[in-house]
Formats: sequence, C-alpha cells, structure tokens
Amino acid sequence: MFLKKAIARINDIFFRSVGLLLFFLLWEAAPRLDWVRPTYMSPPSAVFRAIYLLALRGELSKHFFISLQRVLLGLLVSVVVGISFGLFIGYFKSIERYLDLLFQAFRQMSAFALFPVFILLFGLSELSKTIIIFWASLWPVLLNTSTGVKHVDKVLIQSAKSMGASRSFIFRKIILPAAAPEIFTGIRLGGSYCVMAVVAAEMIGATAGLGYLVMYSQETFNIPEMYAGIVSLAALGLGLNYALHSVEKFFTSWKQAIGAGE
Amino acid sequence: MTIKVRARQVNRAFQVKNDLGKKEILTVLNHFDLDIQEGEFLSILGPSGCGKSTFLNILAGLDDYDQGDIRVDQEVLQKRSFDRGMVFQSYALLPWRTVLENLEIGLEIRRVRKKERREIARRYLGLVGLSSFANQYPHQLSGGMRQRVAIARVLAYQPNLLLMDEPFAALDAQTRETMQIELLRIWEADKKTILFVTHSIDEAILLSDRVAIMTARTGQVKEIIDIDLPRPRTEEIRSSVEFTRIRQNVWGLLKDEVLKAQNYARDCAEL
Repeated sequence: MFLKKAIARINDIFFRSVGLLLFFLLWEAAPRLDWVRPTYMSPPSAVFRAIYLLALRGELSKHFFISLQRVLLGLLVSVVVGISFGLFIGYFKSIERYLDLLFQAFRQMSAFALFPVFILLFGLSELSKTIIIFWASLWPVLLNTSTGVKHVDKVLIQSAKSMGASRSFIFRKIILPAAAPEIFTGIRLGGSYCVMAVVAAEMIGATAGLGYLVMYSQETFNIPEMYAGIVSLAALGLGLNYALHSVEKFFTSWKQAIGAGE
Repeated sequence: MTIKVRARQVNRAFQVKNDLGKKEILTVLNHFDLDIQEGEFLSILGPSGCGKSTFLNILAGLDDYDQGDIRVDQEVLQKRSFDRGMVFQSYALLPWRTVLENLEIGLEIRRVRKKERREIARRYLGLVGLSSFANQYPHQLSGGMRQRVAIARVLAYQPNLLLMDEPFAALDAQTRETMQIELLRIWEADKKTILFVTHSIDEAILLSDRVAIMTARTGQVKEIIDIDLPRPRTEEIRSSVEFTRIRQNVWGLLKDEVLKAQNYARDCAEL
C-alpha cells in the first residue's frame, strides 16, 4: 500500500516535470549545437555549475536571503495594509463607490514606472525598495479582500443576525472566514508580484540580492552566473508560492474537501 | 392561551423601481394584524409577493416596519434578541464549519461555554438523527440532511419562537414529505411556537394548528383557519377525508388571491 502510494507520487512528479525536462534539453542543445551563440546563452549544465560554485562561495545564499527578506518584508506590509483597508472598504460598501476608480487606476499603475518616483522621494535606500515591492503586491491583496467581503453570502449574515449576533461577532465569525479564500488568493498573487518587483528594485542601486546578481553578472559578462541568478529567482518564486499555498491550505482546509468531494 | 406575538396595524412599504424605471411605493404589509399563540404551529400561506416573508423578517430582526405595534411576550419587538431563531430556505450553513460546529454557532452568540456548547450540539444532532455526520462539512451532505442540520442548529440555540421561511421549498418532493413528518416529530417533543411561511397548501395543513391565508396585494391576513386534525399526525393523514375537506376549503380561499396576484403581474407586464 505504502509502496504503491510512493510510486504513484513519483509518477506524478515525473509527469509534471516532463515539460520542464524537455525545456532543459532544448536549452542544453541550443548553445551546444550553435543554434545560439554560446557566449550569450550558457547551457544549463554550465548554469548549474555556476550555481554550485556560487553556493560554495556562500554568495548564493547571501543574495538569495537578501532578496527573500525584501520580498517578505514588502509582502508583510502589503498584507497588513491591504487586508485592513480591503476589509474596511468591503464592509462599508458606500465608501467603495468613491474609491473604486482610484484603486483601479492605482492597480494599473506599474510599480516599475513608479520606481523612479520612489527613488526621488526616498533615495536609493532600502525604503524605496520595500515600497516598490509593497506597491506591487498591495493591490491584489486589497482588492481581493474587499471583493471577498462583498461576496459573502447574505443569508449567512442574516442567519447570525436573527440569532442576535453582534456586529463584531458577525465580522469575526462570519465575514472574515467567508472571505478568507479570496483573501488568500490575493496574497498568493501579491507574493508573485513581489518576486517580480524585487528584481527591478535590486537592479538599481543595490549591492546585493538576486536581481543585483543578475545585473552585475551581465555587466561583468559572467553569463553562466547571470543565468544562475535568473534560475534562482524562479526558484524563489516557486518556493514562495508553495509556502503561501501551504498556509492557505492550512486555513481553508474545508475548501480542499469541497474539491475532493465533488 | 397566552399570546406569544401580537402584531397590530403593521405597515411596511418599499420603494422600488417599476418596469419603466420610475420609482414607486410598493406596500407589502398594510394594517396587518396577527396573533400567534404560545406553543402553536401557525403557518402563513399566500401567493408570492404577498408580504409573508417580510413579516417573518421583521420578527427575526432582519427588516424594519414603518408603522404599527408588534409585541413579543407583551414587550415591544426588539431588533436584537436571543429569543428567536430562523430557518432559511437555503439552509444558511457555514461551509467552513463542520456540522457540529455549525450547531454551536447560535450558542456561541449567546456566549455559552465551549464544553456545554458541544454537549448541547451533540444532543440536538442526535435528535435529527445525524450524529454520525458530526465532523462532516455541509457540502458533503444532501439537501435534506443540510436542512435537518439547520433545524437542529436553531433548536440547539433554544429560542422561544421559531421562524421558518419556506424551509423545504428547495427539496425534492419525497425528501420534502419526510422532512415535514420529521419536523412534526421534533416539534411534538417540546411544542415551541413556530411561525412557518409556505406556499404549499398541503404542507401548511399537515403541519399547522392554524393557517393564516394572506391577500394577494393588500398585505393583510384574509382569514385564519383552524386545522382540527388530531395529533400526532402521520403520513396517512394526507389521504384522509378530513384533510381533503380542509384542503378544498383553503384552496377556495386562496384561489382568488392567487388569480389576483397573477392578474397583477400580467398588468404590470402589459404596462
């Protein structure tokens, strides 16, 4: 029984990786068969070697954790701010009317376009980096939260009200858990925006981080290390998404049961 | 007999937009009078849009009334109270809570302690025969089972007045019939006052001590009929001569109102 399960799991992982493996194969072949210039595109074998060497020198973990720290800080701030504002706006529907257009416009405003503004205002500091990451992830969190609150089934609220529930009870025990799945979707979306934004933030005026590593390697023409940085960024994004997904699963386990049941 | 709920001259109107987009006042309850006696099972029967659910919502504290006087146990109706419980057509179960946790919500509102909550919830879950489903989630149950959970939840909350808004309307015919008998069995045990809204004549007669028939457009009770069928009632009573006689009588009273409601809807459409 256990063995069967393990085999099924390995099978599953294999099938899911087929696309990725084919891609690596193609990538390895392209520079080796001179389809592209090897100076511009290192094959994955060289890239993984570069990753190994970077790790050996302790540089990989340094850059990785600095980027991760920036991502987590920016995400944390946007989760706190986004959820609070989102709950507020979703709960008091009348306010939304005045703010909706503004927020939609802000959401469309690229964090990258605003980076020069943040640099002007806050210099090339950690603060401006945190703000660009915060900005990128704030809007999905905020807007998903307010949508989640707005879409709570009215009859659930009525039912609690008919039993004499207070406003605070309804908010804590009905609205919040009912909106939780949408809030988590927003956080997960925000997380992947964070990883995108951290690259941009580290490309200008940074001395460490994976984005810096990519940029610096390109400037010093250390192409394998440049790709090593890019691959590490992908790993960071994947890891963060996986972690956020696990948190989401923990808090909305009843939702998974729905998926399994039907 | 003491009177549980006394409604006098209750008015309720909504501002609605008609088909032409013009604002108009829709009077739903108009000088509405009704007495509900302690421990009785009273049904309100009427065509759609006659205001029967509005009255229920007012009693549940979910809607306001414009004028009139409503008293529960001689006291003026309070919007928030721990005294009433409502069963909805769409069950209104919390999907993130297990069946047992759903039963506890009302007790949580009343700040009953956790251990006691569990005990009461288990007892009422047993009463509706769903003990083995305590740790399932609502979506894992059938419609009839969900509604039984919803009824158990409201009973566990132990209100003095039970409000039921077409609770069986979403169920299939067979489940509906078993649920009616089930509800009777549960109600016989402690005879809490129940106000039951339906538009099924058979359901109203089978369940009720009295049936209040509402007018189509004027928002009043047209007539109240005593249902003298013996209790406890069983499935067989549906086919009795007496049942059929009452049915004829009720239908005679209701028919005009249904026709009126249909004509009104047609007039509106023609406008």
